[in-house]
Amino acid sequence: METVKEKKKGTDSKKTIKISGAEAIIHCLLAEGVETMYGYPGGAIMPVYDELYKFQDKLTHILARHEQGATHAAQGYARVSGRVGVAIATSGPGATNLVTGLADAQIDSTPMVCITGQVTRQLLGTDAFQETDIIGISTPVTKWNYQITEASEIPEVMAKAFYIAKSGRPGPVLIDITKNAQIDAFDFSYEKCTAVRSYKPVPKPKISAIQSAADLINSAKKPFIVWGQGVILGKAEQELKALVEKSGIPAAWTIMGASALDTSHPLNVGMVGMHGNYGPNVLTNECDLLIAIGMRFDDRVTGNLDFYAKQAKVIHFEIDPAEINKNVHADVAVLGNSKETLGLLLPLVNENKHDAWHNIFKEKYKIEFDTIIKNDIHPTKEGLTMGEVIEEINLASNNKAVIVSDVGQHQMIACRYAKFSQSKSNITSGGLGTMGFALPAAIGAKMGAMDREVVAIIGDGGYQMTIQELGVIFQHKVPVKIVVLNNEHLGMVRQWQELFFEKRYASTVMVNPDFVKIAEGYSIEAKRISERKDLKSTIQEMMASKEPYFLEVKVEQEDNVFPMIPSGASVSDVRLK
Amino acid sequence: MENQWFTISVYSENNVGLLNRISGIFLKRHINIESLNVSKSEIDDVSKFTIVAYTTEKWVHNIVGQIEKQIEVIKAYYHTDDETIYQESVLFKIASGLLFDERQIQNIIKDNNAQIVTVSRDFFVIAKSGRRNEIDEMHDQLKPYGIMQFVRSGRISVTKDEMKISAILKEF
Repeated sequence: METVKEKKKGTDSKKTIKISGAEAIIHCLLAEGVETMYGYPGGAIMPVYDELYKFQDKLTHILARHEQGATHAAQGYARVSGRVGVAIATSGPGATNLVTGLADAQIDSTPMVCITGQVTRQLLGTDAFQETDIIGISTPVTKWNYQITEASEIPEVMAKAFYIAKSGRPGPVLIDITKNAQIDAFDFSYEKCTAVRSYKPVPKPKISAIQSAADLINSAKKPFIVWGQGVILGKAEQELKALVEKSGIPAAWTIMGASALDTSHPLNVGMVGMHGNYGPNVLTNECDLLIAIGMRFDDRVTGNLDFYAKQAKVIHFEIDPAEINKNVHADVAVLGNSKETLGLLLPLVNENKHDAWHNIFKEKYKIEFDTIIKNDIHPTKEGLTMGEVIEEINLASNNKAVIVSDVGQHQMIACRYAKFSQSKSNITSGGLGTMGFALPAAIGAKMGAMDREVVAIIGDGGYQMTIQELGVIFQHKVPVKIVVLNNEHLGMVRQWQELFFEKRYASTVMVNPDFVKIAEGYSIEAKRISERKDLKSTIQEMMASKEPYFLEVKVEQEDNVFPMIPSGASVSDVRLK
Repeated sequence: MENQWFTISVYSENNVGLLNRISGIFLKRHINIESLNVSKSEIDDVSKFTIVAYTTEKWVHNIVGQIEKQIEVIKAYYHTDDETIYQESVLFKIASGLLFDERQIQNIIKDNNAQIVTVSRDFFVIAKSGRRNEIDEMHDQLKPYGIMQFVRSGRISVTKDEMKISAILKEF
């Protein structure tokens, strides 16, 4: 407050290093290398928007059409680029609309900083207009949050926010800034944060644990690797590949780990989990050593824990100590960054081959191919399948596209059949399962990797949850490819109703609008197809386009996704039909 | 695994909102906090939470892991009752007349090793520290005479083992 008085008096005109809190926020963002951010203005954040206006040549602000869209765009940007995504909103409803994105980023370990305006300090707790306790609300869904009530706190807190968001196991941070702190002036200087006293982001690897892990790996007869997003977040793709190749161990991935190793790698045996591949699931219960790398044994991966890999020794490579023994007991826990721990492990692992064991995976794949995959991607029935659409996208993009999927049947199909040849190519809401994620996330992904093709695969349900973000694509001509796989149902829920609720399709039949007309309303080139003869050419046309493109594919209405581990069942009880 | 009593000790920075963050971890698992005490610790600028919960060892292990990963938490531990020295404090407010008219009240105070904190015209206050069962016993003894007010603190405890917080702080 003193500084404001001084400025008003104009007694010391030389001290112009004094800047407002709002301007300081911009300088903090620039110092952290932020180039693009997503948000929505409102009363309590207006001083910051006023500065954004002045700095628009240095900092791009993308106006989302809903704050949730801003968070998912920031997530998509972060996931594809490895940088911190930034979203900004006003107090009250602006802030509460961020909650889904925060929760999504928290459970999927996505580095994100959200900035919210807040009512002025004197009004805190008075139920002022657009006041909400966003610190209280966001606490369970943030890695860290903090309310700034004085301008002078801004540099240190912002530096800490970025450091915490991206270090160790990444996650979302929310900084709530009262309006007075945005307006007041103070002496600004910025120093990046490199340490926080009570926070140890990366545990130091224990050489003894790595040696124990190597001993188990070297003596195992039927070892099996399951990796997760920790490989991507730790930038350990090369180390994973080297480990797999040197040890000859078949390796499978969780949905969040997809694309860390080429889909076409001979030892990449596919996806684990509820709709994962047959071999990786059933052979989890036949391996003698399970090597988990940067994954957290989510229930969608393990099925019933009482029947999960009980016969196997377990090695768990993990950065977050709280994940060790949380769901699955680890015989050897190797804490640390995956790049570092796998790098240390590599020289201790013997060159080996596990051909007979690997062949069992191939046999299981053949069973799965004959009963499921063949019909999914090369169907002989009349109606289009989701799988053949994904396969055409693989062909048209030469397996190089970033695939951003929403949540539901199409997501499982996309993750099962999309082929990846480079890391950070599968952007999806894995942990939270947030319908409406894909359209805004694809916008962020495209902006985070302008040189890559970004294809959003979305169901007709989820599409309508954040369809307003077409406005961003329209305004900024974001050249994303939007593929809506329209089965006129909330397909995954309908599948469960068919299998477990005697086909009582409660509220899962969708009465949809004309999606092509809607896209055209936003001046986006749009097509609808419903016949196989049009599929290849239309997808080729879409992939060749340099503009935003919307494609609705009318697919079979009551197709199911298999294999499937029914909820609460063992991975051994995976159903093929 | 069977439920049992655990004392969770959390060493942390003294920041607004951390209590909310820690209590949220119990809320998420639908576990009741049976008692809570927050105070300074043996180290300058480091706070100590003492939390009592009745749950399984597996869950308390997970809870402590999730508490410890909060940014402002330095270290968290859990201990069984056997591994700690612990007690609670209690205040009883009782009508002054009883102190003079009921000899038995004075015996209760003496037998329970309690202290009279203050005596005024209308009421007097008894303080007692001890295990929960000792406090409950004294409560039962006083109840027939009429307790005007009663309050019991959260458990405070120290562990038999060393907690090497200073060494941990140096590692950060």
